[in-house]
Amino acid sequence: MNETQRNEKYNAYIKSKMPKTKAWPSLFHAFWVGGLICCLGEFIKELCLYIFPYMTSLEASNWSSIIIIIIAALLTGFGIYDKIGAYAGAGSIIPITGFSNSIASSALEFKREGMVFGLMAKMFVIAGPVIVTGVLVSIFAGLLYLIF
Amino acid sequence: MLNRIGKQTLIFRNRPRVLGRFSLVGPKEGRGNFGKFFHKVIEDDLFGENTYEKAECKMLNYTITEAINNSGIKKDEIDALFAGDLMNQIISSSFSARTIGVPYIGLFGACSTMAESIIMGACYVDGGFGRNVACATGSHFSSAEKQFRYPLELGTQRPPSSQWTVTGMGCTILGRAQSGIAVESATIGNVIDWNVSDVNNMGAAMAPAAMSTLKAHLDDTGKQPSDYDLIVTGDLGKLGSEILMDLMEYNGYHLGNNYSDCGQMMFTNTQKTFMGGSGCGCGASILNSYIFDRMEKGELKNVLFIATGALMSTLSSQQGNSIPAIAHAVALSIGGKQNV
Amino acid sequence: MFDDPLIYLKVFLVGGLVCMIGQILIITTQMTSARILVSFLLLGAFLEIIGVYQTIYNFAGAGIAIPITGFGASLARGAIDAGQNLGLIGVLTGGLTATAGGIAAAIFAGFVVAMIFNSRTK
Repeated sequence: MNETQRNEKYNAYIKSKMPKTKAWPSLFHAFWVGGLICCLGEFIKELCLYIFPYMTSLEASNWSSIIIIIIAALLTGFGIYDKIGAYAGAGSIIPITGFSNSIASSALEFKREGMVFGLMAKMFVIAGPVIVTGVLVSIFAGLLYLIF
Repeated sequence: MLNRIGKQTLIFRNRPRVLGRFSLVGPKEGRGNFGKFFHKVIEDDLFGENTYEKAECKMLNYTITEAINNSGIKKDEIDALFAGDLMNQIISSSFSARTIGVPYIGLFGACSTMAESIIMGACYVDGGFGRNVACATGSHFSSAEKQFRYPLELGTQRPPSSQWTVTGMGCTILGRAQSGIAVESATIGNVIDWNVSDVNNMGAAMAPAAMSTLKAHLDDTGKQPSDYDLIVTGDLGKLGSEILMDLMEYNGYHLGNNYSDCGQMMFTNTQKTFMGGSGCGCGASILNSYIFDRMEKGELKNVLFIATGALMSTLSSQQGNSIPAIAHAVALSIGGKQNV
Repeated sequence: MFDDPLIYLKVFLVGGLVCMIGQILIITTQMTSARILVSFLLLGAFLEIIGVYQTIYNFAGAGIAIPITGFGASLARGAIDAGQNLGLIGVLTGGLTATAGGIAAAIFAGFVVAMIFNSRTK
């Protein structure tokens, strides 16, 4: 048995021994937490429309995003959001709150390395790729519609 | 006369002894299985500092100082300090050495550093280059998490194969004496890489290295696993130690009830650490407390301590490299003249 | 404001489903947070480009808008609309203009939180 074969065999063996996440409970956790966060967003939007009847639907959506982003950042600061995340997984990563959490948690973690090179530079360790892809894909979409 | 047998094993004919020792752990470890054995459990893992890196450094400094006090040896008579840790450029060790002020040799062996430092210290004492030496290492959950993984407050799930870096320190003072725990021999490992690249499964990456070193030790010394009252690995974790048992079985050695793993034993099942503890401090704190306690009481006579380390960096993993691993074994005994 | 309570059921089901698909991805591929966010952002933008997003949005509202898919769709929609109105410059400015509120709020909130709190050991 040469080295490559041994390594392949070993990796296959590890795969068979790997502990599995209990899939069904974790899917359920992601489902209900994710669903609930979305409902909270919908509720805030309708609340905005109720209080400010002249607000457009788009404005209300923006406000609801901004408000839950701020709530998520606060929960991160109080050390609660990571507990939600440990329970819900994707259920609290995928909603816009997860984006906010990734910025706030990085800022918190690196503030000791100074304001500029710590907090401000490292704030985007996780959220950076999201913004970069977002900008690139928006340019692509705009060009696509401009040309065709 | 060469002080080595076989390919990898060193024999310490002058039998350096453990003269003093100290272990310190954080709050979570204090609530684990070994809480009552550690010399000091701290409740605030910032240890009065404002960053986790500074805290780690202060803890290591404290541990080394207390171990020296414990041994009853004056600081002037400590001729060398061998220490290492997980931080970039081993800052915790070097910064501790800065305040302690004894000749210092910095080591990097990732989580194998406790065995590595004992081996280097034993060589130093055995060869007559120093009267007494200090061997120390430690790790801190929060500083390791920041360097290797994600921000602490990021809401993400730990994979079920992951391990929990132990906040813990250990220091052993070695010197010449008539009685006490003796370092009999040591086996220095090769760097082994079986092409495992999953950074969330360190146990699987390090198990082949542990197997290689353990096998070399047994082959070189002609011993069987059953000749030891305890064979203990540093931080393979639940999965890694199962893999090691399988690999040894495959090579014709049976590891029975006398085998265990510090990472697996460190935490209770309810502490949500999945495969158990890891990090330099995991083996270091348990060796310097529970295991040496039992040896001094005479409950364990011969112990083989194998510390394993994963020698990757965050950059090497991001660049797609697999994880090279190393393991060093130290044979310890208490009682009369033995040497192989 | 509660003239259509059924909307909450729709939001819950669709939002939950999106997150559950993400969780399946995490379990099967061990993706990290950043990759998951990027994938779903691309998914949202793609749905917007092919014109399906609006249909889902009309049905489920926040169920598709609150997940990062909504962020991706806003970016794409913004660039498309501005591109149609202003030409090439709109293509460049449209995406970020449409999502500036969210990004600014996240940066502002993150900054303020980091000034006030410290991260804790788990």
